[in-house]
Amino acid sequence: MIINHPLLGPRDASEFTYLGDASLIDRPDWQAENASEAFYEYGYLRDNPAGEHQELWYHEAGDRSWLVVTRNTLTHEISKVELARDVARARGRSK
Amino acid sequence: MTQSNRLGGGQIDRNTSLTFRFDNRSYTAHPGDTLASALLANDVRLIGRSFKYHRPRGLLTAGSEEPNGMVELRTGARKEPNTRATTIEMFDGLEARSQNRWPSLKFDALAVNDLFSNFLSAGFYYKTFMWPAAFWEKLYEPMIRRAAGLGSLSMEDDPDEYDKGFRHCDLLIIGAGPAGLMAALTAGRAGADVILADEDFALGGRLNSESFAVGDHSAPDWAAQVVAELSSMPNVRLMPRTTVIGAFDHGIYGAVERTGDHLPTLPDGKPRQILWRIYTQKALLCAGATERPIAFENNDRPGIMMASAMRTYANRFAATPSQRVAIFTNNDDGHRTAADLHTKGVKIAAVVDVREDAPGSYDYEVLKGAQVTDTKGRLGLTFVEVTLSDGSSRTLDCGALGVSGGWNPNVHLTCHQRGRPVWNDDLAAFVPGADLPVGLSVAGAANGVMTTYGALKSGAEGAAEALERKGALPDLPEAEDAPVKQKPFWYVEGCKRAWVDQQNDVTVKDVKLSYQEGFRSVEHLKRYTTLGMATDQGKTSNITGLAIMAEVAGKSIPEVGTTIFRPPYTPIPIATFAGRMKGQEFHPTRLTPSHYWAKERGAVFVEAGNWLRAQWFPLPGETHWRQSVDREVRETRASVGVCDCTTLGKIDVQGTDAAEFLNRIYANGFAKLPVGKTRYGLMLREDGMVMDDGTAARMAEDHFVVTTTTANAVSVYRHMEFVRQCLYPDMDVQLISTTEAWAQFAVAGPNARKLLQKIVDPEFDLSNEAFPFMACGNITVCGGLRARLFRISFSGELAYEIAVPSRYGDALMRRLMAEGEEFNVVPYGTEALGVMRVEKGHAAGNELNGTTTALNLGLGKMVSKKKDSIGSVLSEREALVEPDVLRLVGIKPVQPEDKITAGGHLMNADGPVDAANDQGYVTSAVYSPILNSNIGLGLVKNGAERLGEKMRLVSPLTDLTVEVELVSAHFVDPEGERLRA
Repeated sequence: MIINHPLLGPRDASEFTYLGDASLIDRPDWQAENASEAFYEYGYLRDNPAGEHQELWYHEAGDRSWLVVTRNTLTHEISKVELARDVARARGRSK
Repeated sequence: MTQSNRLGGGQIDRNTSLTFRFDNRSYTAHPGDTLASALLANDVRLIGRSFKYHRPRGLLTAGSEEPNGMVELRTGARKEPNTRATTIEMFDGLEARSQNRWPSLKFDALAVNDLFSNFLSAGFYYKTFMWPAAFWEKLYEPMIRRAAGLGSLSMEDDPDEYDKGFRHCDLLIIGAGPAGLMAALTAGRAGADVILADEDFALGGRLNSESFAVGDHSAPDWAAQVVAELSSMPNVRLMPRTTVIGAFDHGIYGAVERTGDHLPTLPDGKPRQILWRIYTQKALLCAGATERPIAFENNDRPGIMMASAMRTYANRFAATPSQRVAIFTNNDDGHRTAADLHTKGVKIAAVVDVREDAPGSYDYEVLKGAQVTDTKGRLGLTFVEVTLSDGSSRTLDCGALGVSGGWNPNVHLTCHQRGRPVWNDDLAAFVPGADLPVGLSVAGAANGVMTTYGALKSGAEGAAEALERKGALPDLPEAEDAPVKQKPFWYVEGCKRAWVDQQNDVTVKDVKLSYQEGFRSVEHLKRYTTLGMATDQGKTSNITGLAIMAEVAGKSIPEVGTTIFRPPYTPIPIATFAGRMKGQEFHPTRLTPSHYWAKERGAVFVEAGNWLRAQWFPLPGETHWRQSVDREVRETRASVGVCDCTTLGKIDVQGTDAAEFLNRIYANGFAKLPVGKTRYGLMLREDGMVMDDGTAARMAEDHFVVTTTTANAVSVYRHMEFVRQCLYPDMDVQLISTTEAWAQFAVAGPNARKLLQKIVDPEFDLSNEAFPFMACGNITVCGGLRARLFRISFSGELAYEIAVPSRYGDALMRRLMAEGEEFNVVPYGTEALGVMRVEKGHAAGNELNGTTTALNLGLGKMVSKKKDSIGSVLSEREALVEPDVLRLVGIKPVQPEDKITAGGHLMNADGPVDAANDQGYVTSAVYSPILNSNIGLGLVKNGAERLGEKMRLVSPLTDLTVEVELVSAHFVDPEGERLRA
């Protein structure tokens, strides 16, 4: 596969390490009422869609960026690649 | 030896003679021959024995689809089994042997299997070798393995080199037949970067095998002329001898180039094969088509082959399997073979055509509406039995029979991304479907365009479309453009032993039996009969098998379905995939800064991930590793020892939020750690299990140096980057791995300070008051060399870790050894390191095994509840904090000489020994020369409350039972007085 890195252009997938569902960005609040339930779901329950999937890839043999790659799990078509940091900020994460 | 079946013409160099050996007999050949064509020219039809029934077999085809003609090539370590004689390019001195026969090819003892064929039909193994189960491993499987199979391995290392490479282009053209050549010409003249790859050593594909004209030239001459023009174009790269083996995601193609297979010996440094990864936006598949056989009684005798192969041998290689041949066909293409061979002076016994309306001939007899019903000839064809249209019989005297059942487009690569081919009624064949790999299109016969002119045209158009180029195409030469005329005909009714898959010995009857026994889906048919599952992947048999199944089921072929194809297109040696990654080069080797020094000292090394670390340093006279390790431990604890610990991961953490970042990363707190101090850090995974441990030293308000274990250096860094970028994107913190930048040595033992004082520059005070336990700082050594000093201890002794820039590591180690002479300084390796950390009760890799929590390791109090950190919430899950969870304890045998085994399980002193009564297990075991006893660490249910209890350590694997006592894990200096000294 080829991942079109937002900063570096098209790079071979062998330069990357795969982590999984980009929902891992949405780490729950540790002080919330239902924190233990929320962390359980965060850690163990994932969607496994046959189709578009947002997933985390790490450019380990490159610039060490974490990326959110939108990939179709049926065709492997990659429709979008973003810096995970930008996605995290857009989802309201900060410090 | 004369080449008695050599014809006139052909594309061989008759001015040069080559000598080769087959089954220890010497023959001659010419450059341009394949092993197959040379054998036929020398009147050798019998090439091998079949897989299951050991039937005599010859060549079926002239290409890579060959199921039968497999040989062992070369000798010694270079012996290669199961190579197809049809693709072996002739070279002088070539040596090949037939396979799967004993004692000889002409008399094979296991041919007796053929007499018992009624018992060996489809599913035979499943039905026969079922009971008793114990017989399978000891009797049945060895027996079957001996009887079955093809060539044998040399059992020696492959001495040749293989390589890997990367190429890029605008258009990859796969196959250099009429479509591929015309496509390359179109794209090349348009200035595109083109790669044209073909598995053959001669580019031209089918054109090299035909007698008709293309434009003003013969077909091979036209091809040669186009190849010459392409060779002159700097933007076109021709890759003969290169098989494109697979179409992968996003326009990546795998290709194997056989750079050295055609050479008698490889020049030094030249790889035998290269695995290419080709990146391209567009690819054009021009893989042509494969002729398919018709199944009839005894259709596997040597001399029976595809009609198109016969034509290839005659036209291209000037060879014929016999001077008297017959043809069996259901289409016009079979007649072309008869005409060409007749022109070359080969006697045509008759053309047997199943069609009543078959074309006639003035030159030879055509038997219309007739079928071949049997053949004769034990080791080679002698007679063909024909049933004529009126039902009468006729015997044809011939030494070879060309069979043509129509053509199957080579759609293989179109299926590599889940594409499904679709049925075309006009061709009675599958053609590429709609769902092709991204950027791939198909032209020529591979796309069902079965005429030469059609192929040329579709190649030119395909290239222009792929490159989105408008405007005029190159002029197309005039060429043969006859429509396909055929009558689908798969097998002759009433036959008993008609072969569909010759490589796996599957007959028409086997396919029918599979249907009767309920294995009716294509996938079941394949697995039950093994149809199409041999090394040729059923290139000549799959469609026939499907057609028979369809007929028995009363369905159409597309209703029965088709199997799709997977890479690789043809078998590839494992060595090609390995490339240069073999032996010591399988993974990179990382050397510590003191490696060459350690080697000089005679150190024994151990692999730790990619690292080579000194395991121990034997002295003259030490014959057992324990002598060395015990000495290293004793002398370190008595005076001072030095160990290279560069391999620990080092991560530089900087930024105004660095302390807060570490607070999130580690379960314990770091915000209040003062500058100049180091703290042990425990890192959890989000699921609450321990991930790694290490130290973080605060070098400045906004600067920490973090260490990780050797094994987790990469994954911890990855995790920290994840937390930084994905969870806290606005924290002001930067990370960089400095593992390679600093050489780091542990200096441990009561004289550690005295030794360091000799090299640390005098302005730095190392006294216990000025630089106490867990202090850290930037210093200089040896007169101004910058260094970092950490007062941390893994051994439990007064100890430091000193780091200098990597390039000074070797010198620093030598200096420490020289300055330490007065203290009898000892270098110690990873074994002594391990002994000392067990003596001190420190958890390490064996304990941080991915299933342990902080509580298990006796570090539960370190998990701060006052702050957010990775893993803190889930570490409190009920099951992880129950009162009887495993706890880290020390383990001592009641008899000190009794051995403790890591991995052994702990049982109560009385009661049954079984999984239900399991109390825990031993994680680490060493011999302590300080305690003069074997000792260990282990995880025991509620272990912290059970110190003093006697238990049994059992290891059913090694039949071991040892009486042990649970003790504190801190065997040596439990109060920590030494390390604070």
